[in-house]
Amino acid sequence: MKAVLRVNPIKCAAEGICAELFPERIQLDDWGYPIIEQGEIPEALIEHARQAVAECPRLALILQEQS
Amino acid sequence: MVIADIAARTLPRLLIGTDGPESLADHVGRLGALPELRVDADRWQLISTLEASGLRGRGGAGFPVGTKWRTVAVQAQAAGGGVVLANAAEGEPASAKDRTLLALRPHLVLDGAVLSARAVGASEIVLYIGREMTRARHAIEAAIRERRSARLKEPRIRIVDAPDRYVAGEESAAVHRINGSDAKPTVVPPRPFQRGIHGAPTLVQNVESLAHAALIARLGETWFRAAGTATSPGTCLLTVRSADEVRVREVEFGTTIGQVLAGLERAEAPQAVLVGGYFGAWLPWRRAADLPLEYDALRAAGAGLGCGVVLALPRDCCGLAEGARILRYLADETAGQCGPCVHGLHAMADVMWRVAFGRPKGNDAGQLRRWAGQVAGRGACRHPDGAVGMVKSCLDTFADELEAHARHGACPAALRAAAVAPIPDQEGGWR
Ligand SMILES: Cc1cc2nc3c(=O)[nH]c(=O)nc-3n(C[C@H](O)[C@H](O)[C@H](O)COP(=O)(O)O)c2cc1C
Ligand code: SF4
Repeated sequence: MKAVLRVNPIKCAAEGICAELFPERIQLDDWGYPIIEQGEIPEALIEHARQAVAECPRLALILQEQS
Repeated sequence: MVIADIAARTLPRLLIGTDGPESLADHVGRLGALPELRVDADRWQLISTLEASGLRGRGGAGFPVGTKWRTVAVQAQAAGGGVVLANAAEGEPASAKDRTLLALRPHLVLDGAVLSARAVGASEIVLYIGREMTRARHAIEAAIRERRSARLKEPRIRIVDAPDRYVAGEESAAVHRINGSDAKPTVVPPRPFQRGIHGAPTLVQNVESLAHAALIARLGETWFRAAGTATSPGTCLLTVRSADEVRVREVEFGTTIGQVLAGLERAEAPQAVLVGGYFGAWLPWRRAADLPLEYDALRAAGAGLGCGVVLALPRDCCGLAEGARILRYLADETAGQCGPCVHGLHAMADVMWRVAFGRPKGNDAGQLRRWAGQVAGRGACRHPDGAVGMVKSCLDTFADELEAHARHGACPAALRAAAVAPIPDQEGGWR
């Protein structure tokens, strides 16, 4: 299974919750918008990614999972 | 007779005739009728010819034209139809090549649009044209009327105004506008070639690209490749500018920047050149003078052809001031949709303004570079990427000036000289 996390920059409003829930891969820039580390997300971290996606109030995170 | 005449020489190909729009009769007299692509095999053959020609897009990104036509043709076949979007938004303030081409050779551009529609299987053509381009628009409207009276069997050609905004010509913004909304980019995918105008697969092609395609369809890829270099075949339109001069020129790929600028009224060598427009790169004259305009050489130099702007900065001007004004303009021209673009470009523009017109602080350049790294790639469109690329090259090219500004404050040139890079008024709406 391959999983990649992306953000829809038009929907994103710098709520910042994603960085709290998935600090291993998400940092905030100087204005509070997420910088997502590139690349596939390993199995061990996939739960954090799913949680970040689920909790984003703007529904701006997209987890693309391909098996 | 005339076809042979064109086939025999390499230049000019597009900018033939200078006084006003070419009539349909002159156009057909010169080139003969457009290939009709009557059977299915004809259109795939034409697409193969385009691929073999090596023609690349002239709207900025330089994507291979034949590849795009093939992709859209396949998609349109599956979807049961497609649309062609001929892009003449020319949102770049320093560029005038598209409007010049439309004003002089409207039928060649329309030929390219009609041909592309036949090749990809599109039943509608939308010409998306900058609102301010009166001359070009008159030429195109008259040309469409001429073609109607001549009863050419062609898909319908519809004209849609492009608002006077920098990002309005970005492909997803153009599609959004034509579909009845603001000319602001949308999140992709789906890209226009998948779902564009009315949801149909849409071929978005710059008008200069279409004009070249219309010639290749008649004269072949070997003819096209007779000009230019092996890896950058053909000719290209450039907008060449200096302090108070603007010229649109057609040159062969491989022509050096020094040769391109020769013949400008300002005879003295410039201090630097901005290549590729406001998303382009500043190069010091010593690196630019002998640099061939050619995809590989430009890339190796950290630049690109972009939309074909070559702007020469005279010795009595300040490159930091030019860069700061351009960045401020681009920051004000975001579509206001994506945080990193809106906040990042404005923050960078503020610092760059101080660098140019005030007294830079010790870490200003470092801060600009750090932000440039953060902002690139994080918008829905590539507007921020283009803007920060220009800034980085500006800091590199004018490093000595930056140090001088830090030591003594803004140079007299920054405070005195009028801008070389044109900055339009920003009052336009989004439709
Ligand atoms: C911010 C932005 C503005 C653009 N403006 C224009 C434009 O005014 N005209 C244009 O032809 N392409 C423009 N482009 C490029 C288009 O998105 C698209 O790549 C192009 O029209 C495709 O045609 P081509 O392959 O023939 O170059 C712009 C791109 C960006 C990111
Ligand atoms: S990246 Fe900037 S210009 Fe592009 S859509 Fe987002 S806000 Fe608009």
